[in-house]
Amino acid sequence: MAPYVLKRIGLALITLVLLSMIIFFAGQVLPGNAGRAILGPFASQQAVITLDHKLGVDRSLIVQYWSWAIGILHGNLGTSYQQQAPVSSFIFPYIGRSLKLAAFAFVIVVPLSILGGVVAALNRGNVVDRVLSTTSLSLSTVPEFVSGVVVIVVFALGLKVLPVSANAPPGASFLVQLKYLILPAIPLVFILFGYIARMARAGTIEALDSDYVRTATLKGLPRWVVIRRHVLRNSLLPTITVIATQTGYLIGGLVVIEKLFVYPGIGTLIVTAATDKDFPTLEAGVLFIGIVYLSATLIADILYTMLNPRIRLGSAE
Amino acid sequence: MTAGTDPRVPPVAAGDAGGAEGSPAGAAGALDVSVKQVRREQLHQLVRSKPFLVGALILLWWIVCAIFGTSFAPYSATAANIVSTQLAPSAAHWFGTNDVGEDVLSRVIVGARDILEIAPLATLFGTVVGTTIGLAQGYLRGAFDMIVGRIVDAALSLPTVIVAFLFVVAVGPSTFTLIMVIGFVFSLIIARTVRTAVLGERDLDYIAAARLRGESVLHVMFVEILPNVLGPIIVEFTVRLGYAIFTIATLSFLGFGVQLPTPDWGADIAVNSNYLAAGYWWETLFPALAIASLVIAINLIGDSIEAVLVQ
Repeated sequence: MAPYVLKRIGLALITLVLLSMIIFFAGQVLPGNAGRAILGPFASQQAVITLDHKLGVDRSLIVQYWSWAIGILHGNLGTSYQQQAPVSSFIFPYIGRSLKLAAFAFVIVVPLSILGGVVAALNRGNVVDRVLSTTSLSLSTVPEFVSGVVVIVVFALGLKVLPVSANAPPGASFLVQLKYLILPAIPLVFILFGYIARMARAGTIEALDSDYVRTATLKGLPRWVVIRRHVLRNSLLPTITVIATQTGYLIGGLVVIEKLFVYPGIGTLIVTAATDKDFPTLEAGVLFIGIVYLSATLIADILYTMLNPRIRLGSAE
Repeated sequence: MTAGTDPRVPPVAAGDAGGAEGSPAGAAGALDVSVKQVRREQLHQLVRSKPFLVGALILLWWIVCAIFGTSFAPYSATAANIVSTQLAPSAAHWFGTNDVGEDVLSRVIVGARDILEIAPLATLFGTVVGTTIGLAQGYLRGAFDMIVGRIVDAALSLPTVIVAFLFVVAVGPSTFTLIMVIGFVFSLIIARTVRTAVLGERDLDYIAAARLRGESVLHVMFVEILPNVLGPIIVEFTVRLGYAIFTIATLSFLGFGVQLPTPDWGADIAVNSNYLAAGYWWETLFPALAIASLVIAINLIGDSIEAVLVQ
């Protein structure tokens, strides 16, 4: 198994390097002249040239990429055009708040969607299954900010049970903070529920149709014991992979949700940086999302290998 | 492209064509007829399916709005009116008015235009480019396949919306940029699907026969293989169309899609959601419902087409 894991890590690193090139290309090369972008169309050519030199964007592309990449490896994420300060000096609180929201959504969606998938599978083909499958698929195709608007109108303005804002008053207790995060978490839950539930449903159906489950049933075990001991253990394996993969998308969905709820996380930071043409901050934020996504995929692959006895034992021989 | 020119066609889409006619070794003409029959039967099945009809009706409504919206919308979609701002829904303004006094119903109707223009063009562009890349990857294999595969992996290691966002920000938002960027990102995803489908075809006898006949690489790719992988490509097109609408709406919401004052659902939500906390819900909710209905309609259509093609 070790060679497989090493190979996966190696591939992930290559992907990361390529990803950093794509981000660098989009952030540093495509916008054209950085000095002109910052100073605007009316600045003098001399001022633009001076600023370009100060920013280092008048060097060759390879030199620029190299110094950018080396800087990142040393923890130097570049200097924000807008804040006139190193990106690393202010980015972490934003990341922290995003992770808090993402973790909260994650804790809600995982048990809920697995339960949904298993219930759908046990009711395969009947009304419960069809309602669950159709609803969850429809929910996962609607953009987060659209379902976000609907839940705000229903729960905050209509029923008045939850606050419109995602930002708890300063000094609020942990539980109060969570209460403010419920509404922003719901659209993220909607998006992920469909995917995870579908995998859980497929896995459960496959297990239900297997010989060992028929044997367990025929041997007279109560239905609940069969489901818990024989079905669930086998059906949740592929689901784990999907859950890990979806973590990356969860972080992506934050960009939209944070804007709708005016929540100061990494997504808000990226959108603000994009509006201000603050490319170093934008690149650092996008690179962070990419790294989270790549790590999630990598962990999914490795977990799957470790948990799947066929692969685990097969390569141990 | 036409299946009739190729007597060996066992199309993926019409997988049961050979089976229905018994021996696939029948005359070219007979098989041609059977392929047409299968296509007609599939169309009948599609038209009979309820989800498809519901989806098609909703989509048709938005297409009508996109084309003729300006002529039947009750007001001009960009007629600001400072004396009638933030009016709640009423008989005069069914969906109310927004912060500058524009009629929300009119903006929702006319707002269908840009998204329904950009999404299909972007998806078409992505499908053409992605199919070409995927065909080349799957058929040629080797170094080309490996290098392109790595780049596809890297670009797809970010959520689609983020990649599109990054490039649109860098180049600056315009209709043309949106079509190109979204098309490009989708082409990578489509290339992956097409590559997999081609891998299932490339070792079949009819490919070897064509190669022995001395056909060029392009001929084998586009005339021999392409018709046989059309099924997955059509499914991929409808799925991507739904995602294109998702992505364009999201980019507009983030401020990098369709630009105000052009009526656009995503952009309107971005501006009007600032007034949600004050209780002005109508100017945000109705564009949101419009996006939801369009996305769900396209997914209903896509699911039905997939069900008919794959069964």
